[in-house]
Amino acid sequence: MAPLLELDRVGLAFGGLRALHELDLTLNEGEIVSVIGPNGAGKTTVFNLISGVYEPTSGDIRFAGESIVGKLPWQITRLGIARTFQSLRLFLNMTVKENVMAATYGHTKASPPESILRLPRARREERQVNAEAENVLSFFGERLMGYRWDQPAYVLSYANRRRLEIARAMAAKPQLLLLDEPAAGMNPNETLEMTELIGRLRDERGLTILVIEHDMHVVEGISDRVVALDHGEKIAEGTFEQVATHPSVVEAYLGRNPEALAEE
Amino acid sequence: MAPIGVDEWVARQGERAEELPGWRGDAARFFARVGWWPKLAVIGLLGALFPVLSPNDFQLQVGINALLLAMLALGLNISVGWAGLLDLGYIAFYGFGAYGFALLSSQQLHSPDGIHLQAWQSIPMVLIAAAILGLLVGLPSRRLIGDYLAIVTLFFGEVWLEFTTNVATDKLGGPNGIPSIDPIKGFGQQILTLKGYYYFLLVAILVVIASLHLLDQSRTGRAWRAVREDPLAANMMTIPVNRLKLMAFSFGAVVAALAGTIFAASQGGVFPTDFDTPFLILIYAGLILGGSGSIAGAVLGGLVVSVTLEFLRNPTEAGYLFYGMIILTLVARTRPWVKLAGIVVGTVAFGYAAHAIVGAVSSAATAGSPHSGGWVGDLLGNWVIVPANPKNFGNICFVILICALIALVQMKRSTLRTVLLIPVIYLAACVWESRLAVEPSITRQILIGAILIVMMNWRPQGLLGRRRVEVV
Repeated sequence: MAPLLELDRVGLAFGGLRALHELDLTLNEGEIVSVIGPNGAGKTTVFNLISGVYEPTSGDIRFAGESIVGKLPWQITRLGIARTFQSLRLFLNMTVKENVMAATYGHTKASPPESILRLPRARREERQVNAEAENVLSFFGERLMGYRWDQPAYVLSYANRRRLEIARAMAAKPQLLLLDEPAAGMNPNETLEMTELIGRLRDERGLTILVIEHDMHVVEGISDRVVALDHGEKIAEGTFEQVATHPSVVEAYLGRNPEALAEE
Repeated sequence: MAPIGVDEWVARQGERAEELPGWRGDAARFFARVGWWPKLAVIGLLGALFPVLSPNDFQLQVGINALLLAMLALGLNISVGWAGLLDLGYIAFYGFGAYGFALLSSQQLHSPDGIHLQAWQSIPMVLIAAAILGLLVGLPSRRLIGDYLAIVTLFFGEVWLEFTTNVATDKLGGPNGIPSIDPIKGFGQQILTLKGYYYFLLVAILVVIASLHLLDQSRTGRAWRAVREDPLAANMMTIPVNRLKLMAFSFGAVVAALAGTIFAASQGGVFPTDFDTPFLILIYAGLILGGSGSIAGAVLGGLVVSVTLEFLRNPTEAGYLFYGMIILTLVARTRPWVKLAGIVVGTVAFGYAAHAIVGAVSSAATAGSPHSGGWVGDLLGNWVIVPANPKNFGNICFVILICALIALVQMKRSTLRTVLLIPVIYLAACVWESRLAVEPSITRQILIGAILIVMMNWRPQGLLGRRRVEVV
């Protein structure tokens, strides 16, 4: 079976600055893969390339066998890749439910005149979108339910905003979900909950997930595979244990062993 | 009970608000339960009652102008309030609607007979053309945001003004505009009275309000607001941002053009200066005062700005507004009541004392009479200082008043501030009676500016707008 997502020798350079160099990465359907690496290693750049914010300067990105290079972000999302943001980018002054409903724009079709006249298709879609939004929000237990639907997103707590970002991405009906540091800024309890949640996203919703995460407990808990980046290059790939003990990964995070340096 | 963390406390804000006790809670809950269209029907009925009160032609014209400004604010709200695009060329769409209707309903084109279409033909034609024009103006602007978009659209607005003034003057009439435009007619009927135009405009604005409300509650409205909140995130959430920006321009253009057609038909003539930048600023003032992003706010803001401006034309009525605002602000902002009473008594006493002293020194200095007529003028006769020749006195006092106001706002010590407030209020009254009330056309601009400054400090979100949180 062809992989769901395939990065083929993808490179990105801003003028002389090489942000990413010949990165190969494949994701099979139903997999959860984590990307780790020190700050500035190029993790979020990988996300921005896949979701179409940047266009790669070399190489090819294929989703379900089809190249997505040069497509606009909204087209890529409609193909089935949704993402969340490291620095939350919710529609803060819209209600919780509207945030989720906004992401269903791509798979609804009613034109403005239809909406104004409330013609059958517009009504039907509106009902469906409502039901979908409620369904997606119910995935997070009681956290985003009830009176919270009609609250503006800015009143949510930080952890709930992270959840709402995931809910919004789910509403775009993706096959592949890109999560950018979903557990950042969460307390240990919430982090544990997020770990379970990512597992449930695959098991109950059938999503394939690529996740950037700094919390090694989360990475250990969820990953089928781990990819380590440093300076825009892949330095290791494999199971969590393989990568965590890989000398280049240790070096990237902790620096080189001074004794080994002395020996050279 | 388990202790509630701060996050939870913040998050429950809405829940607590819903449990408002007392009549305010009941009213809020009742208001939330009533659907949107009964509210609209009530507003429509109230609007329909106005001509029944048998207003004179001037008052009817004020009503028509107010409804026009409200409709224009509604259209501007689409691009500015919903899609978050600072469109300074909006006035051109209004002009386009008016000129489009004028050309299709006058002698200008296709001489010698001219073109005289029925309104049900010409208005839709103009609206469709306006929608296309909106797309065309949007095309070069769709990649621009904020200041850059404002500059480019401002350029379009100015181009329209130059175009109607200088291009094809035999057809567009140049600075003289297009005279003798047909009234709105169709199916053997035509609208010839101001009352008729008022009702036509009222129906049109109700249709626009209903359409915009339904649009706001649809996928398109949500997408527009998403684009305003975060274009990048909207783009990632299946929303084609550029296309939605073009749609916002286009819908705004249609609403403005509709207002333009009715304006042209009711006036019977159009001139380039009707669509100049000062009027654009009035539309913005209405939208911002009422609350950008809110339909009800746009309507209310448009009505308030338009009616206030008319009110300020007459010195006596402007005086009511001026003194009323001072008294209202004092009542609303001064606590405790003793302090308020002190300020009022102090101001009255200070005034009579100042008047008596100045009168004793030089009788010419108090020889003038207050410019306000009616009971206000009588009341203030022996209180304010108005010299025989008030012009220079008023000018100097005006500058002093501005300096005093700035000093007052900057002052930290509250007792001193309260004491100083008394002469400042008195000075304001003197300036008003000797200078400001004499020149209402300039004064009303100053007053509108002052109202905007005060409003924007007190309620940045506008009268009916929702407070927008930028970054949390």
